Amino acid sequence: MTPIQCDVAVIGGGPAGLAAAVAATEAGADTLLLERHVELGGVLPQCIHPGFGLKLFGEELTGPEYSQRWVSQAAGIRRLTDTMVVSVSPGFTVWATGPASGLLEVRSGSLVLAMGCRERTRGAIAIAGTRPAGVMTAGTAQRLVNVHGHMPGKRFVILGSGDIGMIMARRLTWEGAEVVGVYELLPHLAGLRRNYVQCLQDNDIPLHLGHTVTEIHGDRRLTGVTVCGVDQAMCPMPATAQLVPADTLLLSVGLIPENELTRALGAEMDAVTGGPVVDDRMQTTVPGLFAAGNVVQVHDLADDVSLAGAVAGREAAAYARDGTAGAAWARVTPGSGVRSVVPQRLRLPADPATEITLRVRRPVEQRCHLLLTVRGATVARRRLDYARPGEMVSLSLGAQAAQALREGGDLAVEVVEA
Amino acid sequence: MEEYDVIIVGAGVVGALCARELSRYRLRVLLVEKAADVCSGASKANSGIVHATTSPRPGSLKARYCAQGGRLMPAVCRELSVPFERVGSLTVAMSHREMRVLRGLLARGTTNGDEGLEIVEAERLRCLEPALSEAAVAALYAPNVGVVNPMLLTIAAAENAVMNGVTLALNTEVTGLLVEGERIVGVATGCGEYRCRYLVNATGAHSDEVMRWAGLDDLRLRPRRGDYFVLDRPDRRPGPSEPGHSREGDPLVRHVIFPIPTPASKGILITPTTEGNLLLGPTSTVSHWREHPPVDGDGLATVEEQVKRLVHSLDLRRCIAVFAGSRPSGARDFLVRLEQRPAGLLNLAGIESPGLTAAPAIAKEAVRLLAEDGLNLSPNEEFDPVRPAPVRVTELSPEERAGLVAEDPAYGRIICRCEEVSEGEIVDAIHSSVPATTLDALKKRLRVGAGRCQGGFDLPLVVEILARELGVSPYEVTKSGSTSVVLAGPTPAAAGSEE
Ligand SMILES: Cc1cc2nc3c(=O)[nH]c(=O)nc-3n(C[C@H](O)[C@H](O)[C@H](O)COP(=O)(O)OP(=O)(O)OC[C@H]3O[C@@H](n4cnc5c(N)ncnc54)[C@H](O)[C@@H]3O)c2cc1C
Ligand SMILES: Cc1cc2nc3c(=O)[nH]c(=O)nc-3n(C[C@H](O)[C@H](O)[C@H](O)COP(=O)(O)OP(=O)(O)OC[C@H]3O[C@@H](n4cnc5c(N)ncnc54)[C@H](O)[C@@H]3O)c2cc1C
Repeated sequence: MTPIQCDVAVIGGGPAGLAAAVAATEAGADTLLLERHVELGGVLPQCIHPGFGLKLFGEELTGPEYSQRWVSQAAGIRRLTDTMVVSVSPGFTVWATGPASGLLEVRSGSLVLAMGCRERTRGAIAIAGTRPAGVMTAGTAQRLVNVHGHMPGKRFVILGSGDIGMIMARRLTWEGAEVVGVYELLPHLAGLRRNYVQCLQDNDIPLHLGHTVTEIHGDRRLTGVTVCGVDQAMCPMPATAQLVPADTLLLSVGLIPENELTRALGAEMDAVTGGPVVDDRMQTTVPGLFAAGNVVQVHDLADDVSLAGAVAGREAAAYARDGTAGAAWARVTPGSGVRSVVPQRLRLPADPATEITLRVRRPVEQRCHLLLTVRGATVARRRLDYARPGEMVSLSLGAQAAQALREGGDLAVEVVEA
Repeated sequence: MEEYDVIIVGAGVVGALCARELSRYRLRVLLVEKAADVCSGASKANSGIVHATTSPRPGSLKARYCAQGGRLMPAVCRELSVPFERVGSLTVAMSHREMRVLRGLLARGTTNGDEGLEIVEAERLRCLEPALSEAAVAALYAPNVGVVNPMLLTIAAAENAVMNGVTLALNTEVTGLLVEGERIVGVATGCGEYRCRYLVNATGAHSDEVMRWAGLDDLRLRPRRGDYFVLDRPDRRPGPSEPGHSREGDPLVRHVIFPIPTPASKGILITPTTEGNLLLGPTSTVSHWREHPPVDGDGLATVEEQVKRLVHSLDLRRCIAVFAGSRPSGARDFLVRLEQRPAGLLNLAGIESPGLTAAPAIAKEAVRLLAEDGLNLSPNEEFDPVRPAPVRVTELSPEERAGLVAEDPAYGRIICRCEEVSEGEIVDAIHSSVPATTLDALKKRLRVGAGRCQGGFDLPLVVEILARELGVSPYEVTKSGSTSVVLAGPTPAAAGSEE
């Protein structure tokens, strides 16, 4: 087996990987894109609803249309589809397998990880009860319906108010199925408000906040679920238990970045995002290892994923050409009211144009401020009308903050009510 | 009507190993199972431990067959290419008072024939199992305790039996016995009647019912449920797998960790599986479910609380699945008996824990009892004890793997990305001597859908492969046979374009 050589190898051909491959090629790197599916585009081909591209292309596209734009841009780039990366070693060596390619060894100067994420499952949230057919994640149902043309059931209960669950509630209703309701453990929505309005409200699908599924029934095929209200500590209150007949339970209870390969390379991980710690150039703590998209943190918008991917691709090309510049970093830490922040490190001297993205801990339904502080002093702020955990927000670092970081210290991000 | 020398009812680990043992001889043997796959009862939902004999009462059948079975197990697993690992166990005392119990267990195990038992303390204990709670003062160390994959053992035994001439009838429920005078001469099933000279009752949770059909009323099973968590395996190491150099990461816990037993059970334990997962459980509570018990929320809470006392650092967020098994409890001891009245019936009934461990010995004993009663055993010249290991792409060297994919590209197409299972392996399992025709059957053999994504990624693909290979519509593909269909039908758009 002679190894394939390249400057930049990109693992995953979703929006993050496509943008990375395009940017790396534009920066002059000999690039190889590796994708497990026959088709490029990641999860986009199954997202047949509109809502993509407003930020990047100024028009509302469906997932497949958005994906097609990027696939066209990537047309000339060396790629291996139907080829899954099974292992990576530092340095970098990548092993991949596919029906046409056999087992391949790829040697690259730098590496971009863009493997996306997977959905949390029934096991991960340990729902009691029987183990019948008819329990699946919302994304699996989305693929079955939109790509394969199969209906997974006739009468659905959806657990979790994540975006995929709400989008599927609408899709299934349109396809003639009955969606009994969406049940959410938290006292607030998990996904985007716009999806609640367009998918649930407009189709008269009830949303039950502060509720969960406590038991699954049915020996062979699902016959129903027990739903229960929860108290403030999120513990089910048995007195409120109610049996809801259904033949399918869809789970939309969160996404988990797919980082087995990342951890194998020894990159520092962020326990809150589930992704690697990255700097403003999307470099992980392993020199030459870059990451972008849902593998770093769960994004709401594919446009943001593409933007991050482009940064990773460009920087990976620069690394393959020049190696590290042996830089120093400042940490970025989530402060009061903030759940997670990306990037978690800033390369010094910091670039004032850097976008700091974050998610808040709890919904703030009134005017509030995002603050950046260095050594206790506020160095940047942005006013928001509201802040919700389901909607990622960002602000630019700015010149004052960049200057403050020159004099040492770390950057903290907070949200405060106005 | 078809006539067999022996009909075995129930293809759990006991029935399957019994069938394999009988296939050493020139006999017409039928193995009947009501489910869509072998290994659909207690044998698929247990801890998979090859136990020491520190708990069964000396002189009991449990003690005898557990000791014998434990000795047979490594060779059986080698012949059948089933993973078996001698991980050793630690029964942990949390106070000096509990030390007395450890000494009692040690004495009992030694009487029953266990070797190498010792009580370990302090330094030595920490060294053996660094993750153990600081409150642990001592433990009974049983170095010979092993773990086996009970599903692969049962499936491999059934496959080997079929390779050696046994007929397997799946989806066939025995509904009654054919009796002539004082003798059982066959069974009635949902698919017709079958006659035989000897009937072996290996129906697990239903073994007392079958006995009652024969007029025998001395066994009443009262099922006890056991709930479990399954934790994700550690990440794989970088690089390709090489012979003798696995990519599997280091587990948090290396030994089977038992608490001090209660009168009712061995307690709630931590078990490293042969696949690198950790099993936490089981509880032991009375239930009215003879099979497929639902997982109980309170049970899971109990498990969590108990195992954390043993190992504080267990992270339940690594849970990838929960399940429950049903013990055919209620008998004082295993019931292994060739009946005189009615004649022609061999009962292997009430085989609760350590039934998996004991199964190879029970199978040998079954053959001995049948021979003693007059069943003629002339050797099957073609018998081959070896069931070759199915291809697993992750276990090949890079060169072997490349060669295989060049020969058949299906081994290069990864369908289950968490467990790295290729289409070629799935197709092999669907066409093996005990065919996998359902999602659960594939899960048992290949762990497709058993990893961290629990089938989220691969379900649509696996359904299509099953439909294609079985020549059925995707809407007929089931999770576990009968009415457990996975899909409801085509979308209106897809149905429209069909027309
Ligand atoms: C159901 C759903 C609805 C959405 N709706 C909207 C919306 O309305 N508007 C919007 O702007 N955004 C939406 N998004 C968000 C957006 O689609 C995602 O954020 C984006 O697709 C993430 O891109 P990615 O490239 O990081 O990951 P993915 O798109 O998941 O791509 C990852 C790719 O990596 C491949 N891969 C993984 N591991 C390997 C490996 N080992 N070897 C080779 N290849 C591998 C995968 O096959 C996949 O193709 C939605 C997302 C989902 C899931
Ligand atoms: C929670 C739990 C943990 C355990 N842990 C361990 C352990 O760690 N180590 C150990 O050694 N043992 C353990 N055991 C015990 C062990 O699992 C059982 O002793 C063993 O699996 C019993 O095998 P079996 O073949 O008798 O029964 P089963 O596996 O139940 O097989 C019986 C089969 O008969 C079929 N059947 C029933 N009725 C009919 C009918 N009328 N017609 C056709 N087919 C029929 C069923 O479908 C089933 O497939 C455990 C058990 C439980 C429940």
